[in-house]
Amino acid sequence: MLLIPCPHCGPRAELEFSYGGEAHIARPVDPASIDDDSWVTFLYERSNPRGVHAERWRHLHGCGRFFNVLRDTVSDTIAASYPAGQPRPALSPDGKGTKR
Amino acid sequence: MSGRFRAPSGGRVDRAKPVRFSFDGQSYQGVAGDTLASALLANGVHLVGRSFKYHRPRGIVTAGSDEPNALVGVGADDAHYTPNMRATQIEIYEGLVAESQNRWPSLRFDVGAINEAFAPFLSAGFYYKTFMWPPAAWKRIYEPLIRRAAGLGRAPAKPDPDRYTQVYAHCDVLVIGAGPAGMAAALAASATGARVFLCDEQAEMGGSLLSEKTAMIEGQSAGDWTAGALAGLAARANVTLMPRTTAFGWYPHNFLGLCERITDHLAGADPKLPRERLWQVRATEVVLATGALERPLVFPDNDRPGIMMAEAARIYANRFGVLPGNTAVIFTACDSAYRAALDLKSAGVAVAAIADLRAAPGGVWVDRARAAGMEVREATVVTGTTGRLRIDSVNLGKLGPDGRVSASETIACDLLLTSGGFTPSVHLFSQSRGKLVYDEALRAFLPGTSVERERSVGACRGIFDLEAVLNDGTAGGSGAAEAVGFAGAAGRAFAVDGDSVGSDGFIGVTPHGGDPSRTRAWIDFQNDVTENDVKLAIREGFRSIEHVKRYTTTGMATDQGKTSNMNALGLVSQTLKRPLPQVGLTTFRPPYTPTTFGVFAGQSRGDLFDPVRKTPVHDWAVAQGAVFENVSLWKRAHYFPKPGEDMHAAVVRECRATRQAVGIFDATTLGKIEVVGKDAAELMNRIYTNSWATLEPGRIRYGVILGENGFVMDDGVVGRMAPDRFHITTTTGGASRVLTMMEDYVQTEWPNLDVWLTSTTEEWAVISVQGPLSRKVLEPLVEGIDLSRASMPHMSVREGKICGVPTRLFRVSFTGELGFEVNVPAGYGRAVWEAIVAAGHAYGITPYGTETMHVLRAEKGFIVVGQETDGTVTPDDCGLGWTIGKAKKDFVGKRSLARPAMMAGDRKQLVGLLTVDPKTVLEVGAQVVADPNQPIPMIMLGHVTSSYWSATLNRSIALALVRGGRTRIGTRLSVPMPDGPIAVELVEPIFYDPKGARLDV
Amino acid sequence: MSDLAIRENSLGRLASVIRNIPSATLAVLPDTAKLLFRGRPAAVDVAGRAFGVAMPQEACRFSARGGRTAYWCGPDEWLLQAGGEASAALFASLDAALAGQSYSLVDVSHRSDAITLSGPEAAYILNHGCPLDLSLQTFPVGMCTRTIFGKATIMLSRPAPELFHIDVWRSFASYVWQLLEEACGEFA
Repeated sequence: MLLIPCPHCGPRAELEFSYGGEAHIARPVDPASIDDDSWVTFLYERSNPRGVHAERWRHLHGCGRFFNVLRDTVSDTIAASYPAGQPRPALSPDGKGTKR
Repeated sequence: MSGRFRAPSGGRVDRAKPVRFSFDGQSYQGVAGDTLASALLANGVHLVGRSFKYHRPRGIVTAGSDEPNALVGVGADDAHYTPNMRATQIEIYEGLVAESQNRWPSLRFDVGAINEAFAPFLSAGFYYKTFMWPPAAWKRIYEPLIRRAAGLGRAPAKPDPDRYTQVYAHCDVLVIGAGPAGMAAALAASATGARVFLCDEQAEMGGSLLSEKTAMIEGQSAGDWTAGALAGLAARANVTLMPRTTAFGWYPHNFLGLCERITDHLAGADPKLPRERLWQVRATEVVLATGALERPLVFPDNDRPGIMMAEAARIYANRFGVLPGNTAVIFTACDSAYRAALDLKSAGVAVAAIADLRAAPGGVWVDRARAAGMEVREATVVTGTTGRLRIDSVNLGKLGPDGRVSASETIACDLLLTSGGFTPSVHLFSQSRGKLVYDEALRAFLPGTSVERERSVGACRGIFDLEAVLNDGTAGGSGAAEAVGFAGAAGRAFAVDGDSVGSDGFIGVTPHGGDPSRTRAWIDFQNDVTENDVKLAIREGFRSIEHVKRYTTTGMATDQGKTSNMNALGLVSQTLKRPLPQVGLTTFRPPYTPTTFGVFAGQSRGDLFDPVRKTPVHDWAVAQGAVFENVSLWKRAHYFPKPGEDMHAAVVRECRATRQAVGIFDATTLGKIEVVGKDAAELMNRIYTNSWATLEPGRIRYGVILGENGFVMDDGVVGRMAPDRFHITTTTGGASRVLTMMEDYVQTEWPNLDVWLTSTTEEWAVISVQGPLSRKVLEPLVEGIDLSRASMPHMSVREGKICGVPTRLFRVSFTGELGFEVNVPAGYGRAVWEAIVAAGHAYGITPYGTETMHVLRAEKGFIVVGQETDGTVTPDDCGLGWTIGKAKKDFVGKRSLARPAMMAGDRKQLVGLLTVDPKTVLEVGAQVVADPNQPIPMIMLGHVTSSYWSATLNRSIALALVRGGRTRIGTRLSVPMPDGPIAVELVEPIFYDPKGARLDV
Repeated sequence: MSDLAIRENSLGRLASVIRNIPSATLAVLPDTAKLLFRGRPAAVDVAGRAFGVAMPQEACRFSARGGRTAYWCGPDEWLLQAGGEASAALFASLDAALAGQSYSLVDVSHRSDAITLSGPEAAYILNHGCPLDLSLQTFPVGMCTRTIFGKATIMLSRPAPELFHIDVWRSFASYVWQLLEEACGEFA
């Protein structure tokens, strides 16, 4: 069971969270102006990387907030946790943490 | 006396406390401190089971959890019976009942041993080759036969009466294994003040020190030092000692599963105690001190009872005071077996010879053995053994420099001890996803790169010398505490007076000179895999160890190949002439040892399996004899049968009462969300398909929510309580889904909107009063609300009081009749419900359940999300196109509705179905086709989504999704069923009061 | 109009069976007025003044004064609890004070019932369903948080070292109570 750092409540057991899919996929501001292919890309296409993945979690049984996490999909190492709306942090070269 | 083979003194057992137990119906005596294995050996019993495939007689091989053979069933009755327990781990108690497995009619005479005669047909992969013809025979003959023959042990037939609990726990440093390395680590880590857990799978902590007789630690005997160390640890408030606790699984982020056995070793245990407890431990740092497992040497006929691991025999002699035989032959490739031979000899076992695989063994242990008068045969192998139910002789062969083996002598014995060296226990490290590295010098895989916050100490990382082990443990414990953030870890160096046994060993099959296809050298005892099986697999083209494993099943038994994996690997390496690390290593998976289902279930059984959500009206409905159904986690009244009524009769009565007079229905389970804020209407506009800007306070609207993919996700009525306040209702099952979706958009897409969401599902009890007389029932109870047609039209909401408590009173109908939904604070729900029932008595008020609710709504063609929709249905498909606010520029899902496929004319559309025979009620899910006589597979046009008997219409009705359904209205289609096709006519999906006249009253 | 209806606690029947387990004692807390407040930062200060207890700004903390308690639930969310008060009056007074602010106030007095668990084994009992580290270092007195207990969401707070309050939605309350009783079983 993952130990997920909630930006508000600190590290909590995965049981308190729900998964929200890939992060940084913003809903187009004006969907009507988007062509079908781009809309399908927005709806369905995800990067599914082997390695560091920016993903959304919600502290459902906690503060209720959605936030983003950088998790390595191979090792499960979590390199960063940051509130929704903030840009994806750059990782230090060793991939172990964020650049300060 | 507790058995002929019990030494008069020595060991850690209490000879003053005899313990009686039974094995296969025969009564034996052991002593307190015995395992079932040590007690049986003390009574001269080696034969304890029959092997999996060939039903070969098998004996006790090890003294620990790596035991492959001695699997027994334990339990005096069928409810308490547990199969496949390792006799080496079972602590005996007064009255223990154990039995051997996989034999019939008896252990000594087992009919299943006939399989031996068919051995040539049962080689690796036999089931892929043997049972091919005729094809039809597989299902009817072969599979049932194999299933009957396969498997070990028998499952208990009765429910498990024991309690099991699960508890979460946290520590700074978790030390796994309480041998010398683990104890030293726990001492060092806890000295810093860190919270330390020390767990060990055995009843007694101390590990290898419990059978150490000669080495001195800090001037103390190993036993005294262990006792002192454990007492010191127990005295520290920050230390938790967990004996009988197996760390069986490692899950991400240092979350470990530990199974503590609490009552299995007790006679007449306190019934309030759980049998086992699952510790779900989150550790900041983990120290692995899991030790090493002795590796058998593989040679022909190496599986007879009386053939044991040398170190296991030493443990039985030193720790349990048990002599595992009278006359022993030792077959070894390392020094530790000499140490065992010396200890056994001093305990009273004659050592007839030591056959050493090495050409020129030497050193202090070999010298001591020779000095003690033992015959050491250099470059000598075992070429075979004899003895049916117990070994009676060993054939030795001389191993020439060219690798050839020449027979040399036969020695009579009743015990053959083997040792191929030690394999570090890297199971948990590997489970943690750490990378193993192969150490050529040690011929072992050792922990390499870590993924989790952990470190290995002692034998599990290839350090075998006791002094080095203790100091490695200390360093590991200190390092772990420091990594957590505790300072002041003191370096400490232990002084040990004792001789190291080195690290020689052998991997693979020892040279034996025999024809592998005629000899049988067992690699995996538990799954009956031989040298020949592995070689056959390689001959048939399997190269990867993962494939060899699956084809031969080596290492796939309940012991996960603890004693066999390295030898299988070595044999593949020998056969392919490829270096061992290149052959690879199979993956270690949890659990480390077999773990009960009970401890995984824990408290989640019976009434506590899931929360059972009940409404405030539940107990009233129970008292009325309601039959309930599960809707998500809720219990909902399904129908209210009167004496003698079945469901059909009850529903007919409930429907009639509601259509003709008044019915009362508990709608509390509906999801409710309060949407509040200046931008509440704007959020509603963006989430729902409908337009909300024009909805005035005090009015209600039916709303539909789509996913961003354009498909109907949920629906429900929404009341506008104030310009900045909406009262949303959702489906029972969709409540949390809708709230999560709305929170998602508010938090992540539109954080600038001034609007907040609060779940009020449980705040309100919802009492639905429906039927032409509903107004008459409610009018006398309400205060401050005018229920009249003029003042409170259909689809409006008023706040006031009912029965003296606050209410949000909705005039709304899911039945097609005049109706109200009375929302009151949940704590008043029961009282208000009863008051309404009392007030309605004069009008024949009738409680109805979800079945009647469904019939009534289906008569009106109202959809139910999840019944008429399945995640592929657009609003237009299910006749809800009218809910879409055409003027709105955007709402969730709108863009998807403009995709070409979403507007295709032949999409499945909601229609009504009337069976040509009005008495026939269709089955929900049945397919709709044009021509029932077309060849199979038929072209399926759609399916029935709802189907009921309508008492009101005195005929069956159904809703269906049918391809291009709206253009087919008026035509006939067919529903093919096993008893023949049913002709149906497609009609508009509304069967009753299509103009809605009954609502306008 | 009929008489005032009687309020029911969802735990009434379960809690009527007295069990004397000093190491972990369960009891039902009396009903209280509960409002859920959410809003923009400016409104938070106003709400605190009107309520008489400032909304804690530190995550997962509660503050109490008199019979009133403000529990931090999320970065813009607080549960306001007032023992022995009528929720409608409290709602009206706060709503009036907050006029013109950006906020949400919702009466949730009946949404949940509350349990106390006290005694030296209270934390251990809670850990039978709650995955939090309940040591006083990581879950000190004055802390509150939503978390889970078994398969139910709870609001957990610690008013004293050996005292926990568990606020749980009505329909989950009997499950939580029974699961706590089951865990207490080994001390019974």
